Amino acid sequence: MALTGIDIFKQLPKTNCGDCGVPTCLAFAMKIAAGQAELAGCPHLSEDAASALSEASAPPIRAVTIGVGDDAVKVGGELVLYRHEKTFFNPCVFAAVIDDGMDAATVDGLLKQTNESRFVRVEQDLKAGLVGVKSLSGDTAKFVALIEKVKAATTQPMVLMCGDPAEMEAGLKAAGETAPLIYAATAANYEAMAALALAHKAPLAVCGTGDLDALVDLVKKIMAAGVKDIVLDPGTRNPKDTLERLVYIRRAALNKKVKELGFPIIVFPNEETDDKMMEAVYAGLYVGKYGSVIMLSDLDAARALPLYVLRQNIYTDPQRPMQVKPGIYPIGNPTADSPVLITSNFSLTYFIVSGEVEASRVPAWLCVMDTEGLSVMTSWAAGKFVPEKIVPFIKGVGIEEQVKHRKLVIPGYLATMSGELEDELEGWNVEVGPREAADIPPFLKTWAS
Amino acid sequence: MEVKETYNGKIREATIGLGDTAVTVGGETSLPLYMFEGAAPNKPVIALEVYDTKPEDWPEAAIAPYADVLDDPVKWALKCQDEYKADMICLNLASTNPSTGDRNGADIAPIVKAVADAIKIPLIVYGTANADKDAEVMPKAAEACQGKRALIGPVEEENYKTVAAAALGFDHLAAPHSPIDVNIAKQLNILITQLGLAPERVIIDPTTGALGYGLEYCYSVMERLRLAAMTQNDSMTQMPMINQIGREVWKAKEVKTSEADEPAWGDAETRGVLWEALTATALIMAGSNILVMRHPKAVELTRQFVAALTGATN
Ligand code: B12
Ligand code: SF4
Repeated sequence: MALTGIDIFKQLPKTNCGDCGVPTCLAFAMKIAAGQAELAGCPHLSEDAASALSEASAPPIRAVTIGVGDDAVKVGGELVLYRHEKTFFNPCVFAAVIDDGMDAATVDGLLKQTNESRFVRVEQDLKAGLVGVKSLSGDTAKFVALIEKVKAATTQPMVLMCGDPAEMEAGLKAAGETAPLIYAATAANYEAMAALALAHKAPLAVCGTGDLDALVDLVKKIMAAGVKDIVLDPGTRNPKDTLERLVYIRRAALNKKVKELGFPIIVFPNEETDDKMMEAVYAGLYVGKYGSVIMLSDLDAARALPLYVLRQNIYTDPQRPMQVKPGIYPIGNPTADSPVLITSNFSLTYFIVSGEVEASRVPAWLCVMDTEGLSVMTSWAAGKFVPEKIVPFIKGVGIEEQVKHRKLVIPGYLATMSGELEDELEGWNVEVGPREAADIPPFLKTWAS
Repeated sequence: MEVKETYNGKIREATIGLGDTAVTVGGETSLPLYMFEGAAPNKPVIALEVYDTKPEDWPEAAIAPYADVLDDPVKWALKCQDEYKADMICLNLASTNPSTGDRNGADIAPIVKAVADAIKIPLIVYGTANADKDAEVMPKAAEACQGKRALIGPVEEENYKTVAAAALGFDHLAAPHSPIDVNIAKQLNILITQLGLAPERVIIDPTTGALGYGLEYCYSVMERLRLAAMTQNDSMTQMPMINQIGREVWKAKEVKTSEADEPAWGDAETRGVLWEALTATALIMAGSNILVMRHPKAVELTRQFVAALTGATN
């Protein structure tokens, strides 16, 4: 990734044929350097140039895919230390660990959680992402039986956890062509584990001892064996040491281009404490600081939901607030007598408000104004959700043709502007709604046109 | 592996309260929690919230720990101090909000004084972030706790001349409040230090958004303030930071909704406690020094987190 546009340009054919969709080779080179185009876009690249460039232009942290098909997850591929510098791209994933020493009821409970731990928030589907399957007994038959059970019960990709290559091989066979994450290669077994990863086209986790130089050496050997998709476990099992290793690994990959550390990281808050609440807090630490695969002891909803929302926050693009299209959103077949509400086009605001209007079961018209993706109060303070903007919006959006009445419900936090808005919004009465969206249902139930 | 960073900046130390129970925050010489490359002589501390009037809109899980004291700010503060081991008390003058109680400075001064006199631990007194109203109320509040070296906030761009001046005049510290904006935060620090308040008497309030409700913006602004403080040695960013966590978290829908109403969301208390603890720990990672919190169980988790991340290990 250290390559500049000029470095890349030197390797291009320099014919300016335009087949890449950009008029010149130089312009194409600049696009690649900026991460806006891929080498493959130039059909005339020589093979030598292609391999030289792809080697040197590989992202500093490799993106690794675990699993196959629709439920495969991609982790890693990050470019920055701090999310404000660009964004964090590939959200971390969570996995509850099921082991072959658990009784059937416990296993079934964890499988049920793995499948049902799903929430839709701001139109995103929030879920764990993976499921851990661990050999505790050392009994290959038991491990295989558990893998078969998990594979039949869920489509979430697996993390197969076992230190014995022979047992792992049986496990991989049972897993079929599902590209599970193999956990883990160590200094003692890496040759056999690397061979398994290659044979089964599965990514390989490499478990260190806490010493990062030793981890670099081990990864070097595994890369030399031909394994490309690697996930790193620094090997520490307390959050203070783990944080230090995670920061060092991310920095070494991004700032020092240490290839051997340019991979996503797996962490084990479930092994750092016996207290499930603390486990969730440590998991939160790793959501922010560089964990990509986060292993948990279960996915109880009351703990999973806050963690998923934290991940959603941290992996939101900081440059660009998520927004919805401005316009009139009819909710529940509203009529000419249904209430009219106005809100901002910040996705979070829109989905919270529309969700509550829907929950009220009172059909309504929700007018979503273009506030450039800012929340109600932020856009008000920024002068984007004020009477002089609201008047032309309401007059132009077509709501006057939809309803017979002229009553507009505004957010409770904007009560201070209700008088001014009513003066300027000819023909309309302005009603101040509740402050929090959660109070919209009782409000709408008693609303009368 | 040589990837340690060295920093040329340092966070100022600020001391709230007087005597044995005074609390010092700040002093870090690295990014937050990066104990492997700097010192953090003072851990992040937790202030528990006390309100001047009985809150009406708290969910059950937040009411339960305080059910017996909610209508008496003095008893409430003592419970936080003695039973829940708060490092500080943050008295919120919610009833002065023009749209709810609209009580004025003279009405609440006796409450401030009573709480300040009753507790041993340091006091934070917060208005309602209504600039005009705070300009009337906060000088009275500052006067009522004179001699306690309290932290007075929020100081806004629109009222700093009155509120920060009151903090200065009555020998307190001030918490300038900026709306998630690095430049406004710096500007406000410049303005209030020009008034004569020493930079060691300033705690930045960068504005708090709860998990799921703007947390990501606060996290990044605080991270940027800390980076400026440590790597650019930017003096006007080198103050400790405070976050008002409890009041933001406990109004979130995912926190207020009962398990009966949303069975798929699981136990409401667990969910609320973790919502608050994760908001707090994320903000510690971004550089918070004083966390104003509500639920004792969330406080306990946050304490354990701080101990685990700052304590000695192998
Ligand atoms: C995150 C945030 C930002 C982010 C923007 C995020 C975004 N996409 O909007 C950033 C950092 C960019 C930002 C910038 C600014 N911000 Co800002 N920001 C916040 C923060 C922390 C959270 C806002 C949020 O996301 N809320 C969540 C959403 C869902 O809330 P909401 O839209 O209000 O919707 C709720 C209700 O209003 C209601 N509702 C919504 N619609 C409707 C409709 C009806 C009919 C009803 C009944 C109810 C209803 O339901 C929702 C849930 O209950 C708040 C403080 C806080 N803790 O709340 C400050 C805050 C809103 N910001 C503020 C300010 C001043 C600003 C700036 C103007 C600062 C500046 N001078 O630069 C800038 C303006 C931006 C610009 N481009 O010019 C002030 C506003 C003060 C005021 N009351 O006037 C606040 C309150 C902070 C403060 N106390 O100083 N901000
Ligand atoms: S397709 Fe290749 S050769 Fe043609 S302009 Fe683009 S980069 Fe140059």
